[in-house]
Amino acid sequence: MEFKNDLGKPWKYEDGDFTVVRTSMWSPPGCHPVGCGLKLYVDAEGRLDHVEGDENNPITKGRLCARCLALKDYVYNPSRVIYPMKRDPKDRGQHDKWERITWDEAYALIKEKRDYFRDTYGPESMAVFSGTGRSGGILVADMAQAVLGTPNACYTQSGYACYQPRSMSCSHVLGAYYPEMDYAGGLEGTYDNPVYRVPEVIVMWGKMALASNGDGLWGHAVIDLMKRGAKLISVDPRVNWLATRAEVHLRVRPGTDTALAMAWLSIIINEDLYDHDFVEKWTYGFEEFSARINDPDKGMTPERAAEICEVPVEDIYRAARLYAAAKPASIAWGLAFDQNQNGNQAAHCVLALMAICGNIDVPGGQIIAEIDPAPGVEDDAEAQAAAEAAAMEGSTLDIDKADDTSAEDAARPQRRIGWDSLSDDLKGKTIGYDEYPLYVDNIRNAQADMMFDAVTKGEPYRIRMGWIQSTALLTPTCCAQPTGWYEGCKNLEWCMATDCFITPAIEAFADLVLPLASCAEKDDVVMTHYAGSPVTLGSVNKAVDVGEVKSDIQILIELGEYLEMDCLKDEDGGRLFKDEADFLTQRRARPAKMPFEDLRDQVVFQRGVNYRKYETGKLRPDRKPGFLTPTGRVELWSTAYAHYGEDPLPYYQEPAFSPHKDPELAAKYPFILTTGARNYASFHAEHRQIPVLRELHPDPIIEINPEDAAQLGVADGQWVEIRNDYGRAKFKAVVSPIVKKGVVQTDHGWWFPERQADDDARDTILPVGEIVEDHEVQAVINGKEIKDGFVKADHADERGLYGVWQSNVNDLVSNHYNSRLGYGGPYKCNCCSVTPLQESYDTDMNLVVEKFGELV
Amino acid sequence: MAEYGLLIDYEYCTGCETCVVACKEEHGFPVGKWGIRVLDDGPWQKDDSGEGGNCFNWNKIPVPTDLCDLCAGRVAAGKEPTCVHHCQAFCMRFGTIEELAAELAGKPKQVLWAPCA
Repeated sequence: MEFKNDLGKPWKYEDGDFTVVRTSMWSPPGCHPVGCGLKLYVDAEGRLDHVEGDENNPITKGRLCARCLALKDYVYNPSRVIYPMKRDPKDRGQHDKWERITWDEAYALIKEKRDYFRDTYGPESMAVFSGTGRSGGILVADMAQAVLGTPNACYTQSGYACYQPRSMSCSHVLGAYYPEMDYAGGLEGTYDNPVYRVPEVIVMWGKMALASNGDGLWGHAVIDLMKRGAKLISVDPRVNWLATRAEVHLRVRPGTDTALAMAWLSIIINEDLYDHDFVEKWTYGFEEFSARINDPDKGMTPERAAEICEVPVEDIYRAARLYAAAKPASIAWGLAFDQNQNGNQAAHCVLALMAICGNIDVPGGQIIAEIDPAPGVEDDAEAQAAAEAAAMEGSTLDIDKADDTSAEDAARPQRRIGWDSLSDDLKGKTIGYDEYPLYVDNIRNAQADMMFDAVTKGEPYRIRMGWIQSTALLTPTCCAQPTGWYEGCKNLEWCMATDCFITPAIEAFADLVLPLASCAEKDDVVMTHYAGSPVTLGSVNKAVDVGEVKSDIQILIELGEYLEMDCLKDEDGGRLFKDEADFLTQRRARPAKMPFEDLRDQVVFQRGVNYRKYETGKLRPDRKPGFLTPTGRVELWSTAYAHYGEDPLPYYQEPAFSPHKDPELAAKYPFILTTGARNYASFHAEHRQIPVLRELHPDPIIEINPEDAAQLGVADGQWVEIRNDYGRAKFKAVVSPIVKKGVVQTDHGWWFPERQADDDARDTILPVGEIVEDHEVQAVINGKEIKDGFVKADHADERGLYGVWQSNVNDLVSNHYNSRLGYGGPYKCNCCSVTPLQESYDTDMNLVVEKFGELV
Repeated sequence: MAEYGLLIDYEYCTGCETCVVACKEEHGFPVGKWGIRVLDDGPWQKDDSGEGGNCFNWNKIPVPTDLCDLCAGRVAAGKEPTCVHHCQAFCMRFGTIEELAAELAGKPKQVLWAPCA
């Protein structure tokens, strides 16, 4: 049968009684920057009637996930915040004390507070806390440094355990922003483009992209490629759906990925399966690297890895040989790399695999984004490349450039304006700068675990004013030990927030909330992979008005002007960014080389790939061939790691909480606890108030192997409590062989917006300095003793704050178990005990429908 | 006699629930009512050759319910049913039973539903 479609329609058109706005989705509600194509059907009253997938989008082609299909239920949710509201700090924790105010009043209040804290305690006494996925999240450094004038922007997850550990390794080992699996998204005609090749093998490594669309990779592209012949290798402790379709599935013990990757390298190097031409021309330190892999002490053999990872050794050989023989082969690598202490080394190894097997920036391999030429540098790649080709041989090592972050800066233009406006003295006060200079230099963020100390212990100084920006903070997605964050943030003298809903953190300790526009109510640009991958740029096109909401970008421009920040002024003293569209043109649409308005007409711009850019100079601002590292090559021996006190070569480190290797720990906490697996019904802490989505996944679950469940006496569907030295939380059991014996996996992100809002503990404040009981020294980093600690309070049985403490798995995750460079945290390789409960905590779907079923 | 049907390739159905929610939004079905549901067969270990996922049976199978009208309104307007339009794995087809039956014969791991008269 033949059906109608809307191919070729402009960005805005009429269809019957509706005006249809074509758009590229990006947050809120949260998702990674994929830019799925949506058609927003707006009725004559200017109201969003329904949503459909836009068949014009070259990647999604009309397909959509459940979360966007329910967008209307988010936009018109009765619990949404659509006006600015303030509350007296003495009334924190009480939901009926919010009072509607105007934006002018809100800006005046912020100015009064900013001036007070800046002048009384110094600008560093203010901090902006951010989270993952949202378009506003990547503005956190701007919000802190450009708008408020404090260096302390902070993504609160222990060790920035999401994307940045990988991305930092990419900058310093590969000299490019992030090599993503090539699924042809940037090419006209996608899979049918003649230059494209379907990868013979795709390795899904610690990534279940179907539900997560992690980092911007549209997950179901993997299905498209499987249909076109790609074979899968899966590396994942759990059996996920993709793993059931894999040629080989390595069910590694959580947190041991580095050992496995080193074993693959051992096989590929020692069996001579690597690409000699690429290694000779484009890598640095191969000999030292090979020596490390074969080192009897710090190296790795497949046999030893099999023991460490608890997988059959023959499967390691099969997988490594399959990967090496496939031309091209592609690795989709995920969050598992970030959520352990050894992740920088795991990333180093996977980058080495991509490089020595010749898969970097080739069709169907790993693609990396072109970056802008430096001012005054000729962009004619061929002329430049010809002139520089010989010079390549003579590239010298420049140790002073080891902290060069220009790869990331070039991929995300102008992201330093706020940072560059700070005095050196103020930059030096960034929380964690002394201990973790590479982290702060790379991200221009305060180091998260050191910020935990500032908030809870007042070390090295107290934070007095907070801004909860693009994060739910306390719900267990980002920060470790949220009970500690909660106690610390209750001591903030003043706190503001930007969001679409009153989250538990806002209810607990915010005094001003600014209503944020959803993706249907603002203009924006979605850059696949935060622009680090040459796939697409999509315009997010405003379709409707709701209340008095504003976008993060509008707030940045308006508030920056109101606070009279010089770095947001142009040469004539006017606004540096005139309006939202101008900001988007200058900051986000740049790789398309067109103003936002033109991008909007196109809705989606495919960037093109221009493979093997290391030959043409397109990976360096000086347009010399090679990669953006001090040696100009892929640094298998990393200059930057060495410069910052880390081993320049990879090594395996046993997880800190390792019941399978530590009998004493196992006696108390016999299970490996891993978290973070995604489902289709929600994006982290979002979507719990959307009945049709909540119905898909109503309760927080824990997966337990049938043998363990039988031993514990846990029935499928029964509630259990998990516990370790740091905290406890309750989950509903799913008894399934999806996890191996001895491993449990829990949901994250849970709160229950239908439950009691008011905070049971609102009248109790533990003062800063008395919140955490220091444990023994965990490490000495750059001369500073790093201590973990136990939060003295336990709220796990309290009902208030929307039940945020009931199933808060991050309360079992300790801060300060980072890599030597300050990255990674033990979210996916923790430990716990499991105790069956008699009572049920099942969600009452009738209550969810009663509270949120009637749209406004 | 049913004239139209849904052909589903469950080799590739990932269980993403898009069809479920698309259907509920299209028809305004409340919590507790569905026009299509995804049945979950697995994961259970089908052989003892190893511990990897490929030793497991795990198939997701969308099944139209008694409330499925094959999106009669959309089809009358020349559009595909919403579950088919939005399916992320492109594993659902709508058409006449006759044409879908021919396709069913061409590939294993498919199922053809004839939900309504």
